[in-house]
Amino acid sequence: MDSTVTSASEENVWGGGNRPLGASYGKLMMWFFLVSDALTFSGFLAAYGFSRFKFIETWPIADEVFTHVPFFHGNFPMYYVAFMTFILIMSSVTMVLAVDAGHRMKKNAVIWYMFLTIIGGAIFVGSQAWEWATFIKGDYGAIETRGGRILQFVSAETGERLALSEFAETIPDEREKLTRNEGVWFMSEGYLPSYTVTEVIEGLKANTDVLIRTEQISEEGEKVVLDRNASLEKIKDGTLVVEGANLIRNEYGSRLFADFFFFITGFHGFHVFSGVVINIIIFFNVILGTYERRGHYEMVEKVGLYWHFVDLVWVFVFTFFYLV
Amino acid sequence: MAHEHKLEIFRGLLKFKSNTSKIWGVLIFLSVVTAIEVALGITKPAVLTGNTFLGMKLLNWIFILLTLVKAYYIAWDFMHLRDEKTSLRRTVVWTPIFLVAYLIFILLFEADYVYNVYKDGYIKWNF
Repeated sequence: MDSTVTSASEENVWGGGNRPLGASYGKLMMWFFLVSDALTFSGFLAAYGFSRFKFIETWPIADEVFTHVPFFHGNFPMYYVAFMTFILIMSSVTMVLAVDAGHRMKKNAVIWYMFLTIIGGAIFVGSQAWEWATFIKGDYGAIETRGGRILQFVSAETGERLALSEFAETIPDEREKLTRNEGVWFMSEGYLPSYTVTEVIEGLKANTDVLIRTEQISEEGEKVVLDRNASLEKIKDGTLVVEGANLIRNEYGSRLFADFFFFITGFHGFHVFSGVVINIIIFFNVILGTYERRGHYEMVEKVGLYWHFVDLVWVFVFTFFYLV
Repeated sequence: MAHEHKLEIFRGLLKFKSNTSKIWGVLIFLSVVTAIEVALGITKPAVLTGNTFLGMKLLNWIFILLTLVKAYYIAWDFMHLRDEKTSLRRTVVWTPIFLVAYLIFILLFEADYVYNVYKDGYIKWNF
């Protein structure tokens, strides 16, 4: 109802001064920016959905990938991401408290709440950097086949994942990494895996309790593990040892999985980072008394909108990348 | 500037005395929802993973539903959409919802088609 109310005496439609949406120019533009940014993120997530539905039977299972917590060893699916989500929601709360304190012109309260918000954002960005580092480093290692499929290894007795180092043979006199000083100026290579394909194959043959786990997902939602004979047959397709992840291949499964991980969480992390930078600028402005002199703290509110939006996006990323 | 706040959530079921206490109330609610999501994600009850609705597991539907609930309270209470004019709220909410729903619909159908081509067509990719 209130959207259509115009009092003819004070506001006329064409004469200017009419504010049909009841928001200031800056706030409205912030909202429209957020709408367009939301569409960008939706594009990313919908593309992720596209690729996932395309490879619905072979897509990696997220809680088998993100199982690490800093300073703890073991298998903790989702705990750390849940912690990150909580940190971001917490910093959203301190932000909204800062906006609230701004409405009541309490400068010191705004300063403190902005400070806590910045700390929360910094913890989140740090956690994301740590997640990236863990993801890139990898932990088990895998074999890639000619068709680009990933073969992982499990123990036949326990069903636990096996790292390459736990069963691969060590065959001396293998190739060394090519460095600049060995070749012509343009010849070098970035990274040589810890084991060669031959070493992994020999290790598989020698250790009878090692089985291959394929990308295929069974009816029960588990990855299919081949039996011993099928494993020995399948390993013949192996062409590459893959450890960790980059934009070309990763040890977790579908190549697109790592690509989307880097792009979506990277784009979001960049938003958090820029949010922290903007928050710091506003934080110093508050300390300097800029908004006290201006008479209102609307700038804090506008930055707050951006900050909540970052939190909002994370809620979706958390669901579609980690939970579903 | 609109300084007055609407202080009730859950359609008036819960009314807070001040804006600050409403913020804390919403935080508690969002934390509980996240905790439920994580708990379901770790335990994965067989009832929810075994049954599907429209080709997706019930568990995933619950996750998506809870996410939308969380998004609603972040937008309405943290971003003050509850206190804004109806016209502003509709402008910023329905535009993306309409476009994104269309995008998701079209992309997921296409992806399912591509999946079937890989599955039933004469394309060998799993080797």
